[in-house]
Amino acid sequence: MKAAPFEYVRAGSIEEACEVLQREGDAVKVIAGGQSLIPMMAMRLVRPGLLLDINEIAALKFITMDPDAVRIGACTRQSVAERDEGLASRMPLLRQALAWVGHVQTRNRGTVGGSLVHADPCAEIPLVAQILGARMVLRSTAAARTVQADAFFSGPMMTVTEPNECLEQVQWPVWGERRTGSAFTEISNRHGDFAMVSAAAQLALGDDGRCVRAAFGLGGVGQTPLAFPQLAQRLVGTRLEDEVVRSVAHDAAAESEPGSDLFATVPYRRQLASVLATRVIGAAHEQARSKG
Amino acid sequence: MSDKLYPIAVEVNGVQRTAQVPARLTLVDWLRDELRLTGTHVGCEHGICGACSVMLDGEPVRSCLMFAFQADGHRVTTVEGLAQADGAMSILQDSFCQTHALQCGYCTPGMLIAAQGLLNSNPRPTELQIREAIGGNLCRCTGYQQIVDAVRQAAERLSAEVK
Repeated sequence: MKAAPFEYVRAGSIEEACEVLQREGDAVKVIAGGQSLIPMMAMRLVRPGLLLDINEIAALKFITMDPDAVRIGACTRQSVAERDEGLASRMPLLRQALAWVGHVQTRNRGTVGGSLVHADPCAEIPLVAQILGARMVLRSTAAARTVQADAFFSGPMMTVTEPNECLEQVQWPVWGERRTGSAFTEISNRHGDFAMVSAAAQLALGDDGRCVRAAFGLGGVGQTPLAFPQLAQRLVGTRLEDEVVRSVAHDAAAESEPGSDLFATVPYRRQLASVLATRVIGAAHEQARSKG
Repeated sequence: MSDKLYPIAVEVNGVQRTAQVPARLTLVDWLRDELRLTGTHVGCEHGICGACSVMLDGEPVRSCLMFAFQADGHRVTTVEGLAQADGAMSILQDSFCQTHALQCGYCTPGMLIAAQGLLNSNPRPTELQIREAIGGNLCRCTGYQQIVDAVRQAAERLSAEVK
């Protein structure tokens, strides 16, 4: 359980990090919090020749409120985001999700951006990014480009980040509707372990109690975290009656492509997907309604 | 391939320590094997068991999920650093004794660090908050109840002391 030998470089700025990436290409691996990467190195699933440490780049650690979005620096610790009251009031779904990410000790080290680039299909932060349409800003020595979540995740543990690019910040759209509610839940063997299935939802209600905007998704049941924009559209205009919610959740579970492992079979995961989607839509509805 | 060495300077339990370390040396291995601070235990080496928890700049982290060079310029507190200056046990450590919160003792340093991290930010935790704080630490002896009791007792004793 010891990593293979590698060399190490600590970047002092994003420009310096990009220069190393440009020069070293595929041989280099960026380390942020390292809470997934270091176990993979210990098990020798990953053997980078050079580790590029971005932990000391202060410019990658910030939470900024814009009028219609929240911007989070890639190397912002998960625990810092979890404790940020401004973030919790503008975008409560992220705090709801962070409560399920690992444990206190790993959240103190793990970063928001690292989880996105790692792109585990059952991870919580990528699911929130997927359903809200977060935008990832990827920087290289030449330029910066912005990629929306649905184009960012390309497969299990895969993103469209090029070997010469580094995630710089994440822009999370904030919904302006006053009566917005959100919820996150998951089932795992032990709280903090990898989710068998996770589910997230965010809904907005009009003054008449009808749903005016909806987003929901599932983690752990596909190659990437899954959002269901077309199914979510079926909720809009309804009063989120039980049979509507159940039917939409059922169809989402039917569209998902869960795998089977030691802990859960395909039919069990699909059943969980349907039940958890129903629950988060219900809980988000309840929260939105409480903002009478 | 021989390992290249990197210079580091880390404040460990209030003492400035310098060393030359290979990049792949984990923080826990440096603490135990080089500094001989064997109070911190190493269990699973991949971030599951929590036995290796230490404070980094005052916050609990897993020292098997950090390379020693990453601690360069930072402040580390191990379980040895929780005791009082004269070596007497802290109130939290004493509460673990009082409530029989350990049997084999393997998880104890990690439990103490996790509990101390909680009490530093939340002096009057609820039982749920205590269970959440130690949720990343495995114990195979106690069934956790006495550990929860110990943290609750320490919180009560500490807040009585403040008054």
